[in-house]
Amino acid sequence: MPPKTLYDKIWDAHLVTPETDAPAILYIDLHLVHEVTTPQAFEGLRGRGLKVRRTDRTIATMDHSIPTISRSLSSVDSQAADQVRRLESNCREFGVQLFGMDDRRQGIVHVIGPELGLTQPGQTIVCGDSHTSTHGALGALAFGIGTTEVEQVLASQCLLSRKSKNFAVEFDGALRPGVTAKDMVLALIGQIGTGGATAHVLEYKGSAIRSLDMESRMTICNMSIEAGARAGLVAPDETTFQYVSGREYAPKPKDGAWDRALAKWKALPSDQDAVYDRTVRIDVNSLEPVITFGTNPGMSIPITGHVPDPSNTADSSARARLEGALKYMDLKPGQQLLGHRVDVVFIGSCTNSRLSDLRSAAGVMRGRKVNPAVRVLVVPGSQEVKRQAEAEGLDRIFKDAGAQWREPGCSMCIAMNGDQLEPGQSSVSTSNRNFEGRQGRGGRTFLASPLTAAATAIEGHIADVRSLGGF
Amino acid sequence: MKFERFSSQAVFLNRENIDTDQIIPARFLKVTDKIGLGSALFTDWRSDPAFVLNTPAAATAKILVSGANFGCGSSREHAVWALWGFGFRAVIAPSFADIFRQNALKNGLLPIVVNAPTIATLPADALFTVDLLDQTLSVDGDTRILFPIDSFSKTCLLEGLDELGYILKHEAAIAAFEKAGTRA
Repeated sequence: MPPKTLYDKIWDAHLVTPETDAPAILYIDLHLVHEVTTPQAFEGLRGRGLKVRRTDRTIATMDHSIPTISRSLSSVDSQAADQVRRLESNCREFGVQLFGMDDRRQGIVHVIGPELGLTQPGQTIVCGDSHTSTHGALGALAFGIGTTEVEQVLASQCLLSRKSKNFAVEFDGALRPGVTAKDMVLALIGQIGTGGATAHVLEYKGSAIRSLDMESRMTICNMSIEAGARAGLVAPDETTFQYVSGREYAPKPKDGAWDRALAKWKALPSDQDAVYDRTVRIDVNSLEPVITFGTNPGMSIPITGHVPDPSNTADSSARARLEGALKYMDLKPGQQLLGHRVDVVFIGSCTNSRLSDLRSAAGVMRGRKVNPAVRVLVVPGSQEVKRQAEAEGLDRIFKDAGAQWREPGCSMCIAMNGDQLEPGQSSVSTSNRNFEGRQGRGGRTFLASPLTAAATAIEGHIADVRSLGGF
Repeated sequence: MKFERFSSQAVFLNRENIDTDQIIPARFLKVTDKIGLGSALFTDWRSDPAFVLNTPAAATAKILVSGANFGCGSSREHAVWALWGFGFRAVIAPSFADIFRQNALKNGLLPIVVNAPTIATLPADALFTVDLLDQTLSVDGDTRILFPIDSFSKTCLLEGLDELGYILKHEAAIAAFEKAGTRA
């Protein structure tokens, strides 16, 4: 048998029919559902008189449109409230399990999947959300789909799919203090570009990946889509197995279910001589904290660096792209970002809202006050994250520092629920997209790690956490 | 709905990496149906009166021409519904983001891949003809540019085939797969 990659193995194990002139029919193990990309899909089922084929493989929650200031729908606009209620009624009608706003398991869909043990190695997972790539951190093939595909999966538990190419990303070395998984993935996207992995599935490998905890691996896989990748994967290892073990929906020791699962999972990693269509190697030994300066996640610099000067760019379309970004961001060619004033710091999103993210931000903010000119939002990724953070007293650290401690949701990452920038405002954000207007019309977003965000909150301007300490 | 040959002028957006947040910002995603989103297409860019979509010619154009990596970012199918709602039936670009491309094909919006140097030669005021059967783009009735598309997507578009119907025809195989695995 020819050697296979992790992606090859998961793909082959889920083929209902193979790819020919027609795409393969791929079986989906887990379908995650949220309020924004599904109303039209349920409506489609209704129109065709179809049911949800596997309600046991379909889990819904609400995260995008819901308020984070309280759990009352009166704090969002009526359209958002209607969308939330529509998800409730659709789930009731079609028998789909819903972790609603007041459920202890509610949270950002890509936070709760792993947290509840729903996400497991070797699975195929889809959701009408591009950041579904997050779940690849556990060695699951997970990718975002459109609403028509949501309807297809609801009805058939299958998708039409064509195989992507294999793309290995080798991160080697040891991170220096103050440098995190977020900096690794921003560095990668900066190197290969925002469309650099289109039509590929990324597999993150190397010593620097092996030494990361699960939540850091999720941060990296989460942003695979920002390089255009179909999905991102990390081969499951002891770190993965320990993470999954004991979670609510994980296989249990009883009747040998856990041992059987473990035996399967251990066979998943790519064969030693597996062939990749592309390989990129990044040495993290010299990596600095990374921050974006532009209007897509590929436009980034080291935190101590200078914004590029378009006049140094020979290629005319690249020059135009850069000029447009600097104009939108109100930045000057060659300027430093350190010391650049911001209005808002947002710590949250499916990229960086897990307990370890909040711990690292709290470490910087402990015993300090946020700069009074900066509005600081800390939005935990799930009810469970919120509970654990409060049990550790992290909420007190944030509140004592002058930050807002919110209810779980997507919040200012996507600005659908009223949490947003005003036109002309700037933020340092731990989220995943710095597109024009992403955090509110006319808003300007600098993407960075929770450490950089926390340091910026204290200083009132973009700051290097390494000069503050607390990490 | 079957994809028919058509002729139209084109709107040119000379920009790469146009993300779905620009095509339709998230604040328009609170809807629960697919219709009526054309008015929100590129809404923030359209606040500039000089923006190309505000020109009279754009109102009747069925073809949008863009730079590489069109439709990157979010999986929101609303981006395709908005383009369709505005009147576009094809987008020409050197490359498309994967999820956008899939969403487009499923809604009868044809993603046409044409390399950047060729796009640079397209005359702004020409009448373009899109012929999916021949996989050609004609410019003012003559210059013919061949474009690629996989045979399955082509058939689905030309015959108006429903993908879900196609999947459900494989019910026996799906059931057998569920039974064979530990997936039952």
